Amino acid sequence: MLPLSDIIHLAVTGLAQGCAYGLIALGFVLIYKATEVVNFAHGEFMMLGAFTVLMFSETMGLGFWPGFVLGCLTIGAVGYLIDAHIMRRIIGQSSASVFILTVAFGFIFRSLAGMIWGWNTLSLDTPFDGTVTIGSDFAIGTDRIAIVVATAILCAVLYIFFAKTRYGLAMQAAAQNQLAAYYMGIPVKRLVSITWAIGAMIAASAGALLAPVTQVDTTIGLLGIKALAGAIVGGFGSIPGALIGCLLIGIIEPFADYYLPAIKGVSAYVVMLLVLFVRPEGLIVQTFKKKA
Amino acid sequence: MQILFKTRYEDDIRFLAKIGEKVRVGLVVAFLLAAPLFLQNYYLAELGMLLVYAIAGIGLMALTGHTGQVSFGHAAFLGIGAYCHSVLLSHGVPFSVSVVLTMVLTGLIGMALGRSASKMHGFYLAIATLAFLILIETVLGEWSSVTGGYSGFVVPDLKIFGVSLTDVWQQYYVDLLFALLVIWGVSNLFRGPTGRSFLAVRDSELSARSLGVNVEWVKIQAFGVSAAITGLAGVLMAHHLTYLAPDVFNVLESLKLLLMIVVGGLGSVLGAIFGAIFISLLPVALSFLKDVLPPEIGQQAGLEPLLFGLIIVLFILFEPAGIYGRWMKLRFFFETFPYYRKASFVRQKSYLKTERMR
Amino acid sequence: MTQAQTLSVRNLSIEFGGVHAVEDVSFDVEPGEVFAIIGPNGAGKSTIFNLISRLYEPTTGSIRYGDQDLLKLPAHSIVKTGIARTFQNIELFEQATVLQNLLVGRHSRMAGNPFSNFLFTPSVKKSEIKHRRKVEDIIDLLEIAQYRDERIADLSYGARKNVELARALCAEPSMLLLDEPASGLNNEETDDVGFWLEDIKHDLGVTLVMVEHDMNLVGQVADRVMAINDGHLLAIGTPDEVRSNADVQQAYLGVSQ
Repeated sequence: MLPLSDIIHLAVTGLAQGCAYGLIALGFVLIYKATEVVNFAHGEFMMLGAFTVLMFSETMGLGFWPGFVLGCLTIGAVGYLIDAHIMRRIIGQSSASVFILTVAFGFIFRSLAGMIWGWNTLSLDTPFDGTVTIGSDFAIGTDRIAIVVATAILCAVLYIFFAKTRYGLAMQAAAQNQLAAYYMGIPVKRLVSITWAIGAMIAASAGALLAPVTQVDTTIGLLGIKALAGAIVGGFGSIPGALIGCLLIGIIEPFADYYLPAIKGVSAYVVMLLVLFVRPEGLIVQTFKKKA
Repeated sequence: MQILFKTRYEDDIRFLAKIGEKVRVGLVVAFLLAAPLFLQNYYLAELGMLLVYAIAGIGLMALTGHTGQVSFGHAAFLGIGAYCHSVLLSHGVPFSVSVVLTMVLTGLIGMALGRSASKMHGFYLAIATLAFLILIETVLGEWSSVTGGYSGFVVPDLKIFGVSLTDVWQQYYVDLLFALLVIWGVSNLFRGPTGRSFLAVRDSELSARSLGVNVEWVKIQAFGVSAAITGLAGVLMAHHLTYLAPDVFNVLESLKLLLMIVVGGLGSVLGAIFGAIFISLLPVALSFLKDVLPPEIGQQAGLEPLLFGLIIVLFILFEPAGIYGRWMKLRFFFETFPYYRKASFVRQKSYLKTERMR
Repeated sequence: MTQAQTLSVRNLSIEFGGVHAVEDVSFDVEPGEVFAIIGPNGAGKSTIFNLISRLYEPTTGSIRYGDQDLLKLPAHSIVKTGIARTFQNIELFEQATVLQNLLVGRHSRMAGNPFSNFLFTPSVKKSEIKHRRKVEDIIDLLEIAQYRDERIADLSYGARKNVELARALCAEPSMLLLDEPASGLNNEETDDVGFWLEDIKHDLGVTLVMVEHDMNLVGQVADRVMAINDGHLLAIGTPDEVRSNADVQQAYLGVSQ
């Protein structure tokens, strides 16, 4: 049995890690809510974000914050372009095809990143390199705190956005029935591309914020799959659900790794499978029975 | 122009009704049977591997193309098939028995997965199967007492009914025999009630239920059949690989299978075969490209996944029906010449409608 | 075909959240008759069908067909009792051909398992041919021969409605639930539907229960009518009786003078 201070430490670290997953998952769910596309390559947006921020802030010497902003905007543009030129053309195809398409994107992005920036692990200097000490012997890095804070802010912003603004409502309408949305005068195409841009930017910022923890290399995008698992656990399509799911996985992981070393690294998926077995739609159900 | 004038119901049900089809298929089968006579060992082995991939592709296609459920985890069934068979062989179980047992085992595991997955839809299912794959990979690695763990497992020699088949051409004929059996059997499945029930489940669960189709059971069946066939491919693959390691059956492998049926054409046996041909030619194309491109690009480690990805994107964008779609269009062109019209295949503009209301 | 039975519905109720979609509805449908259910949109008519087909679970009440308690059966076993249905929003198998759709209609009458299917044993082949013959009879009846090998996705609305009806008939039901068989059809097509329904009733002896808005069609073919509003039963009787019922007129037909 672990000493209490260790338990608390693991729990808090897990919570921060869960927030990290949640940050990535938020972008996922956003794109899904607007277009019902599951962007399997979302983790790669995060990875590309980390690389571009690195490139702007260090390689080009612009400093962290300018580099951060530029990097996120760049990835936002990439997201916009991907939707405008590729995703738009395949509307109406089976979701299987679309899903496979995004998987292919993931591969392309990873390879391109490796070709452009190399296959070695790099590190990104962020302003969050201190530690905060709570109580007598409990220290947590400011980088993790920054992640938690960023996640909280983002959640609040997105909630208000979808629940209270016309733009958010329009987005949900477009997701449910595009043709009808068009008839209502909603500029569906632009809306969707902007959503992709926002989602990509969220992922990019996650990449930069997580860089102190994960470093920067071509494989960090695979965190996106765990974020996806978290979003599913919570009920994919629901923003609070995604967050809850990710937090759950984040907290369970360090304990699972400690007590069950055999499933190290895959405990997120075990949790997901277990949850899906019991509640196939995730914790907060998002699908509805069709009225026949 | 070939018009088939049908006078009996059999004409509708038969496989190769038109003369053109009979000739084409006959030629291909003849070529395959005679291959060892004129192909060198290296190419023969590659052809054998192609047939094995075709079997795996047909297995996946039976599930994804017909019931519409995307499985990301089929490489797991390849792995289970390969390992189970090899372990059984190493304990002295004869080949014929081992094949049957392996298929039964993979089929049962597939059915169990199908049962958990029967309540899930679309993308949840894809992720769940992906998780399944990762789990199986871990199991194969950690259960070292049986599988040899991460240090690998040597596959015993191919021996059927006591006859040792170590020559390449002998192994090739084994692959060919199973491939033909699977192609014939799965095509049978899809011209009968079982295949139709798969289609029904894919297109409208609601009315399928009201017509007497037990939707959950069909999904379980589909998973079972698909898993068993993929397991068979794993059995044959083991004899090609001769040495098994858990990380061979990973996500990239699953992606290769999906690539096969997407590029080949979802939903048809011929599509899966086209896909297998494509997958087998890919490494050849890749090494060719490596020589042709300037070294800064050609020698990059990420070239293979990049190529995979690009090809998938291009196909989904421009030819969603895959090579099979192209092939059908080509055939249509020749069959209706000179009355061919380009507009025959113009895609309708379509809009997104939510799939969350079922 | 199984013998037509009496459908007995007693005190049927279902709630969705706080909405009482169907409340305390009771009625009988006699074998061989044409029974129409009318009412404004949202009254609960399709819900009643969904309850009979066991796609929904009722809160209270009982549904019996002959001496069979339908509530004990899962949705996919209903067709074996002799009850088939069509859907208001046309639930055909879009990517399949008309023929394949119709053959799925015969599914409940086809035995078989994956193994014999895989090998396409002679018995499977014989069974296929036998059922193909039955399907052709329906194709002739509903005059859809020209669409036989077309994909549903390529068909017009009217053609789809015909295929939907044909598919339900292929199950050789003793009772047919038709959800708005004439919706979206022009006058000529509606007349055709009326003739077919009469043919089905007289030649095949099938009980017909239909939800319908087209009062002319109802007047033409129905033996008895039930009017529903807001989930409640308003009136049951012959078309004339129900038409002259004051509640029905107020709720649905528009109060005269």
